[in-house]
Amino acid sequence: MISFISYLINGISLGSIYAIIALGYTMVYGIAKMLNFAHGDVIMVGGFTIFWTVSTQGMSPLIAIPLAVVLCTILGVTIEYIAYRPLRQAASSLVVLITAIGVSYFLQNLALLIFGANPKSFDSMIPVPPMQLLDGQITILGETTVTVISCLIIMGGLSLFIKKSRPGQAMLAVSEDKGAAQLMGINVNKTISLTFAIGSGLAAIAGLLLCSAYPTLSPYIGSMPGIKAFVAAVFGGIGSIPGALIGGLLLGIVEILGRAYISSQMADVIVFLVLILVLLIKPTGILGKKLQEKV
Amino acid sequence: MTKKPGINQAKADNQVDTNIKSNNKNSNGTIKKAKMSKSTRDNMITYGIVPIAFIIVQILEAGNLISNLMSGLLVSFCIYIILAVSLNLTVGILGELSLGHAGFMCLGAFTSAFFSKCTVDVITFAPLRFILALLIGAAVAGLAGILIGLPVLRLKGDYLAIVTLAFGEIIKNVINALYVGRDQNGFHASLKDALSLNMTDDGEVIIDGALGIIGTPRDSSLLVGVLLILLTLFIVLNLIKSRDGRAIMSIRDNLIAAESVGINITKYKLMAFSISAALAGVAGVLYAHNLNSLAATTRNFGYNMSIMILVFVVLGGIGNIRGSMIAAVVLTLLPELLRGLDKYRMLIYAVVLILMMLFNWSPKIVAWRKQHTTRYFINKIFRRELKPANIDQNTADQNKGGQ
Repeated sequence: MISFISYLINGISLGSIYAIIALGYTMVYGIAKMLNFAHGDVIMVGGFTIFWTVSTQGMSPLIAIPLAVVLCTILGVTIEYIAYRPLRQAASSLVVLITAIGVSYFLQNLALLIFGANPKSFDSMIPVPPMQLLDGQITILGETTVTVISCLIIMGGLSLFIKKSRPGQAMLAVSEDKGAAQLMGINVNKTISLTFAIGSGLAAIAGLLLCSAYPTLSPYIGSMPGIKAFVAAVFGGIGSIPGALIGGLLLGIVEILGRAYISSQMADVIVFLVLILVLLIKPTGILGKKLQEKV
Repeated sequence: MTKKPGINQAKADNQVDTNIKSNNKNSNGTIKKAKMSKSTRDNMITYGIVPIAFIIVQILEAGNLISNLMSGLLVSFCIYIILAVSLNLTVGILGELSLGHAGFMCLGAFTSAFFSKCTVDVITFAPLRFILALLIGAAVAGLAGILIGLPVLRLKGDYLAIVTLAFGEIIKNVINALYVGRDQNGFHASLKDALSLNMTDDGEVIIDGALGIIGTPRDSSLLVGVLLILLTLFIVLNLIKSRDGRAIMSIRDNLIAAESVGINITKYKLMAFSISAALAGVAGVLYAHNLNSLAATTRNFGYNMSIMILVFVVLGGIGNIRGSMIAAVVLTLLPELLRGLDKYRMLIYAVVLILMMLFNWSPKIVAWRKQHTTRYFINKIFRRELKPANIDQNTADQNKGGQ
């Protein structure tokens, strides 16, 4: 029972990271209707920025983290401007997908060139002491606490931002109907840029949390969590912010429990099987809207 | 270097236009005859490229003009071409995005290698063994296509993409954890480790988990690869031309309209998906018999591979078979040609990929390209006015072709 609870806590911690990454996917998908395959690599860039500023430049994490967020934000907006915007009117949505894959290769190989293929060990930047529960039977790491709390803050803040602020409302409008939003005087290009900015800024935070929880850093670190987070976004219903939270948490818990109780090799198989089952029962995810077919 | 694929691509683009035009006209009875001959001629060119390329390669090889590295890649070209053409059947003709193509290839590779390794002493005549392995690999992959497609093809668009990706990963991971051995009592299988197979002393482990299958007979060669490409082309091009192919394309163009004229959506979706999967299995068979040891890694059967094949298809022109072939060769060759640039080659590859996508698909650049054709420059030199109507017609055609 005790071990079950500690696995559950690990699962929630991993799930919170997935949820933050999934937010980036889900927001971009909701607005631009594209799978941003490069999102996972923006996470990697965020991780490397923090690593580089702290380890080699000796800066304080308090400077390094905002720096990484700003850099990733700029990166995300630049990627959108150069690689995705010219193709937004293109006939097939596959085209942007392939370009995103190209961007993903580009970022991976750039990092490979600069930092080399050897994994770097990443010192945790989180100075929170571990918590002891039930007379020390369960230990909650500082990283876990910070991850879960920051995930909840980000979710709450983002929901408020979208519900209450004008740019947030504009995002909602653009995701509903681009043409109509434009007619109402919303600057669609700016709104999409803002979405990419928020998503990429969150990716930097996700990079920090991911590298603190799993302290190695390599150019390919973002790709598998990226795919998993995308699965989480689909799980919860892509385009929905609470869906990303639910999907992320569920995925993290399933993965950790599967690894602990069934087989470590088969953990991914279990994750993907659950995804398929969910999609077969509810084809648009747990919180997904039902798609209407127009004749 | 950046120029060359661009030109190929431009050609491929026009090809999409003509393909779609000919499809449109085919359904219209009056112009059918004239257009049929055009599509037949198109297909003949597509078939013709393959033996011509084969002969050129043979001549080069005889003259020692290609490096060892390149001749090692020749069978890979065949594998990638088959994969790209078969994925184009799902993506271009059926119009569904699949990211699990490498999974079917993996199934074909492992079942056929398993068969070949088990029968290597029984069937000593290599071609017969290879043909049997081919049939088994294709059949298993195709069957998996039906089993997976039946529940999954109800989903649409990106949901289908992510589920196919998930299936591909499941297949890869299960095979990675699979142990199969044989002893006097028959076959034993386990998902844990080799010890839990509980074999007698004479037992032999055939599939050794993450190590895969070692000692598959190397029956693949360039000639076999070329023959299989021709077979794949024959199947796919004939399917596209047939009544079934038109039904499949009608589903792509408008599902509701197709359903309302009585086309059995599930049947035709499954048909295209499973044929595509079976052909991916054929590529897998070729792959497995080209190597001594076969292991399922993220590099050869992971989702990255599926994405790579999708890149071939999209860059070659969605729905354009010849384009897929050219793109598969060019994009496999490109990193090798860039080898001289050492560390920078994959970076340049990525940049080239992004630029090619922008060059081919960005509406602004395409419109600019349509205006700045060779004829435009000739007219400019001779100070002739371009008829505006002509340009409009071009861009209108382009828009239609892109759909």
